[in-house]
Amino acid sequence: MLEVVMKISLVCFSLAMLGLIYRLIKGPTTPDRVVALDAIGINLVAIVGILSMLLKTHEFLDVILLIGILAFIGTISFAKFLEKGEIIENERRH
Amino acid sequence: MSLLHVAIISPFLMAILVPFLYKGLRSIHTGWFVLALPILLFTYFLQWLPVTRKNEAIQESMNWIPSLGIKFTAYVDGLGILFALLITGIGALVVLYSVFYLSKERENLHNFYVYLLMFMGAMLGVVLSDNLITLYMFWELTSISSFLLIAYWYDRERSRYGALKSMLITVFGGLSMLGGFLLLSIMGETFSIRELVAQAGELNDHPLFLFAMVLVLLGAFTKSAQFPFYIWLPDAMEAPTPVSAYLHSATMVKAGIYLVARLSPIFAFSEYWFWLVGGIGIFTLFWGSFNAVKQTDLKGILAFSTVSQLGLIMSLLGAGAAALHYDSLKDNIYTAATIAAVFHLINHATFKGSLFMVVGIVDHETGTRDIRKLGGLLGLMPVTFTIAVIGAFSMAGLPPFNGFLSKEMFFTGMIQLLNVDIFNLQTWGMLFPVLAWVGSVFTFIYSMMIVFKTFTGKLQPEKLPRTPHEAPFGMLVSPMILAALVVLFGIFPNLLSYSLIQPAVAAVIPSLIGPGEQVPVHISHWHGFKPELFMTIGVVALGTAMYVTLNKWSKVYQLFPGKVTLNALYDTGLYSAERGSYTLTKSYMTGFIRTYLVYIFAFFIGILGFTMWNQQAFTFKTDQLAPIGVYEVVLVLVIAASLVTILSAKSRLTSIIALGAVGSAVSLFFVIFRAPDLALTQLVIETVSVALFLLCFYHLPQLSRHEERMSFRLGNLLVSAGVGIVVVLIAISAHSNKMFESISKYYVENTYDKAGGENMVNVILVDFRGFDTLFEVCVLGIAALGIYGMIKLRLEKKGGKSDENE
Repeated sequence: MLEVVMKISLVCFSLAMLGLIYRLIKGPTTPDRVVALDAIGINLVAIVGILSMLLKTHEFLDVILLIGILAFIGTISFAKFLEKGEIIENERRH
Repeated sequence: MSLLHVAIISPFLMAILVPFLYKGLRSIHTGWFVLALPILLFTYFLQWLPVTRKNEAIQESMNWIPSLGIKFTAYVDGLGILFALLITGIGALVVLYSVFYLSKERENLHNFYVYLLMFMGAMLGVVLSDNLITLYMFWELTSISSFLLIAYWYDRERSRYGALKSMLITVFGGLSMLGGFLLLSIMGETFSIRELVAQAGELNDHPLFLFAMVLVLLGAFTKSAQFPFYIWLPDAMEAPTPVSAYLHSATMVKAGIYLVARLSPIFAFSEYWFWLVGGIGIFTLFWGSFNAVKQTDLKGILAFSTVSQLGLIMSLLGAGAAALHYDSLKDNIYTAATIAAVFHLINHATFKGSLFMVVGIVDHETGTRDIRKLGGLLGLMPVTFTIAVIGAFSMAGLPPFNGFLSKEMFFTGMIQLLNVDIFNLQTWGMLFPVLAWVGSVFTFIYSMMIVFKTFTGKLQPEKLPRTPHEAPFGMLVSPMILAALVVLFGIFPNLLSYSLIQPAVAAVIPSLIGPGEQVPVHISHWHGFKPELFMTIGVVALGTAMYVTLNKWSKVYQLFPGKVTLNALYDTGLYSAERGSYTLTKSYMTGFIRTYLVYIFAFFIGILGFTMWNQQAFTFKTDQLAPIGVYEVVLVLVIAASLVTILSAKSRLTSIIALGAVGSAVSLFFVIFRAPDLALTQLVIETVSVALFLLCFYHLPQLSRHEERMSFRLGNLLVSAGVGIVVVLIAISAHSNKMFESISKYYVENTYDKAGGENMVNVILVDFRGFDTLFEVCVLGIAALGIYGMIKLRLEKKGGKSDENE
């Protein structure tokens, strides 16, 4: 029973992912895409979580954490890039 | 290493000393020190004469590369000693001459004598080597030293041109010869010439025999300036005159003759040998003498005359091959040709050496070698004139000089070919005496030109750069000695016949000589009224008539347009080879990386696709496939959609984001396929590289920052589709062809037991196969250092330095 539920939720997440990817492709602006990418990251967290339950392993819990961190860092850097045009500011300019 | 080896190498050792002598003892002309060596060597080689007279040989062997069968085997027999005496004897005279010819103050004498000694040693090595590879080594050394000597006055354009030309032609021949030698060694399984001669009979039937012969002859013909390779010799006349006298008349150009004579016992049974050596020789004789008459430069005449005389010797060696078709020496009239060849070889070295030296004296004392400006030097330079007369008359074949005797013997050899009933000679044999006779007429004409156009007629002092006067005595000594030899050998030819000619001939036709037998050589002045005497009389009569009427028929030479000469062929050939290779390279090396990638990928598709098709390697088995889940399908669709986005995106930023999506999807694949470590790493790396891409994107120059869709190119599509299809096909076939079990079972069983870890991937990375990891760490280190270096060390950029100092 649980397995069926998990598979259904996997399909749901996949559909959500497809929708996000549609947004990623379509745009129309870059922030739209960045937000889509961030949401894809969180989707990935969920998918990996369900998958590791399906595969009956706890080896992938690290991956979940890592995706969370990376999605955060990635979104921050994109955001900074969009705002200032660069990610790591050159200190020497000041 | 024996004394003989030391003797061969001694010129090289001396060459090392020369620069020190030149720098240390500036007051004495360096040539005097050098002179001692050839004299010493000459006397050393003289002592072997009693041995070689008995048709015996001295052999000394020294290992060089024993594992390859390459030895430095010195082998002195009749032929070797003849050449060694020529090289050292004329070498001594040339060095003596050069002491007076080259100025101590103005010339770089150390260069000259180093090159000359190098050449002398190389030449000795050529004629005294029994091992083919050693012979080839010395052969190339003669080419190189000759190149250096021709370009001795390297600031002149013509010298460099002549040096390059002779280098290209002789090295081309040398390399062909090496090919021939290798074929010979494959056939006979030895590098030793003597051992090859011993199995000459079996070699004749070998399928490689003809190739070997043609290749070896290419080497001999280029070195000995035979038709059509003679063209380098006239241009080599830019060298100093002692060099011309030594290399381009007496020694180096005879290396090819030596080679032909040396290898005659192996090849001469063949009909092709007879026709190639004899036929090309006789044609070269005619062609060289015909062209010599139109020259206006004295050295030009002598160069073509050398070509022609070498052709004469070559044709005699070819004709001598007929002798091998008879079993014994008794009544074998065809040995006369070989005897004549050897005799003329000596004669030519003597008279041509003296003539070159005479021309050098004329050049030195008047400042020109142009026969149109010269004339009337008879009263001013009587000694030079006498020497010139002796040399030129000997060359023309007049009694009582030695040229007369060898010319008579040459005619004898050629006439005897009429009696030969092999090699189709009944039909074509007539060509030999006819060409020989016509060539001799022209020889007579140019010999007369050298003497009479230079020394008689009217003196034209206004045209001469210097006031002519007789040369210093030292300069005259060498040509005087040579002229004396011309007369001596002319009057007492049998001085040579027993000591030098007999053993040399015996070395050329060893199969005919029984034990203790000697070739009957007796050169007599008077044969009786034989055809050859009438031929000589005819040559003199017609030659005189034609010389007197030279102005009337010399227009004949203008009938040939300048564009169809062999020189023009060489020049345009060289030019179009350069041009052609330039155009060819230019046509495919476009400088665009795109083009090269197309080549690489097209080649990739072609080679792999062809191999798959050719080997019928495509297989598709479904029995080992795992079931496909829904989730894999969805992920593949995600990746495919992202890829399409990358390719069709208008903005680069979109492409970069889509690339990130691909990376994440791949890491999800790793999750599905249960590879947590890979998934972790993939995620981190993907994020970092997307950030790097963004960095690059930001730094794109303003100018080319057009945001536009990637343009469509059919070629690109075909290539990329081709690569994709080929790789997929190969992957499917490889998967369908699994031959044996994977070795991973071992790792599964032993990860904990032997390595003490539970994570198998990590145990493999740091334990079972830690060596790879070490170097991947290395790669990362190099990449990091490289990036640091690229960013920090911007040397050519102007602002680079100040940027760092801030």
